[in-house]
Amino acid sequence: MKTVIIDYGMGNLHSVKNAFEFIGQQVVISSDFKDFDKADALILPGVGAFPDASKVLYESGAAEKIIELCTVKNKPLLGICLGMQLLLDESDEVKLSKGLGLIHGRCERIADTGLKIPHMGWNDLVVDDDSCPLLADTRTGDYVYFVHSFKANLADKSNLCAHTFYGEDIPAVIGNGKNVFGAQFHPEKSEKVGLGMLKSFAEFVKQR
Amino acid sequence: MLAKRIIPCLDVKDGRVVKGVNFVGLRDAGDPVETAEFYNTQGADEIVFLDITASHEQRKTMVDVVEKTARKVFMPLTVGGGISDVEDYRRMLNAGADKVAVNSAAVKDKYLVARAADKFGSQCVVVAIDAKRTENGFNVYIHGGRTDTGIDAVQWAKEVESLGCGEILLTSMDADGTKNGFDIELTDIISKTVNIPIIASGGCGTLQHFADVFEKTGADAALAATLFHFRELSIGEVKDYLKERGIWVRR
Repeated sequence: MKTVIIDYGMGNLHSVKNAFEFIGQQVVISSDFKDFDKADALILPGVGAFPDASKVLYESGAAEKIIELCTVKNKPLLGICLGMQLLLDESDEVKLSKGLGLIHGRCERIADTGLKIPHMGWNDLVVDDDSCPLLADTRTGDYVYFVHSFKANLADKSNLCAHTFYGEDIPAVIGNGKNVFGAQFHPEKSEKVGLGMLKSFAEFVKQR
Repeated sequence: MLAKRIIPCLDVKDGRVVKGVNFVGLRDAGDPVETAEFYNTQGADEIVFLDITASHEQRKTMVDVVEKTARKVFMPLTVGGGISDVEDYRRMLNAGADKVAVNSAAVKDKYLVARAADKFGSQCVVVAIDAKRTENGFNVYIHGGRTDTGIDAVQWAKEVESLGCGEILLTSMDADGTKNGFDIELTDIISKTVNIPIIASGGCGTLQHFADVFEKTGADAALAATLFHFRELSIGEVKDYLKERGIWVRR
């Protein structure tokens, strides 16, 4: 199978590529829609601010392309960190801006509970939906690496697959129950647990 | 719960780990990539590479070290030493570093912190502060602890936070090398001053010292170099001990 990491100019994509290569997956970084069409699965990574990412995705036409591929063609997609937040309807980071709307909800600032922001470091997961293909090998108590200041506020709690706690419950893995997944943390920086999730994603794509 | 982090630091000179000793199962103790992999299997939460290469020419080897490590070790990597401009940031981040630490360069030009944060995000901008006691507080030292800048360390921590620094790597020049424990007073005052993560560094020699820095200060992480290099303690031992003491660590 071939996985395409969507390059839209937000952040370093090599870590994600390295991780997929390490688990033996064929992966390319591309901004070419023809590659998106041919891909068995898409990865939407991203580090940075939501409005910048939204602008680039919509102005380049990539947003419509991704939406079409994920809804009409049911292509598997994994959003990572900002890439997960972009799956939502909108965000109020800096200014109100539009997401892809593949999973309903808003991206909001982590509540001020006196803890340091960003939420940075290793935090443990609570698995809410063990039927989520991404979590086939993940258990409650497994640690993953987070770096973020915003979180998903899901419209439909059935889209929540795993959460963590940082002053409040924070969605860590979300999914549409079919082909679209998001991870708030960085699987590519979460050692065995993270690599295991990427393997589970690859396995899910292969089994389809 | 967010885990307290244990971070081994590797001093790298001309692409080789300085003071490396032969760990069991390690073919080449001087190879930074192998050493990083070894620490990874021990349960390190992050790896810090500190480039102590003297000449600018040789620094290219550090990029190579980071690239190779990033293909084998899937945890946050921080690189420091010899970073002087935004271009250095770009080079290291593209090579696979997640965070880049500046020290002297930030003192010389504090807006480097702002420019790097603006360009790449605060999460990857670490400011290393080497602090030493004075009659009325702590001063910032640069050039590997040789030069007193006269700048107050607490004020400096506040300032770099406001410029966009995402994390402070705080080394006590008084405690460093003593093995008498982390500088609790320094770490406490800085962690109360800023609202960004603090990595405490310098002085640890026993398991108790790790517990002390987490129980008595707001430190988010503890860093050690020689202690882990010379196998006086393993990262696994430190984490087991902390867990027993009720401190959250990733096991």
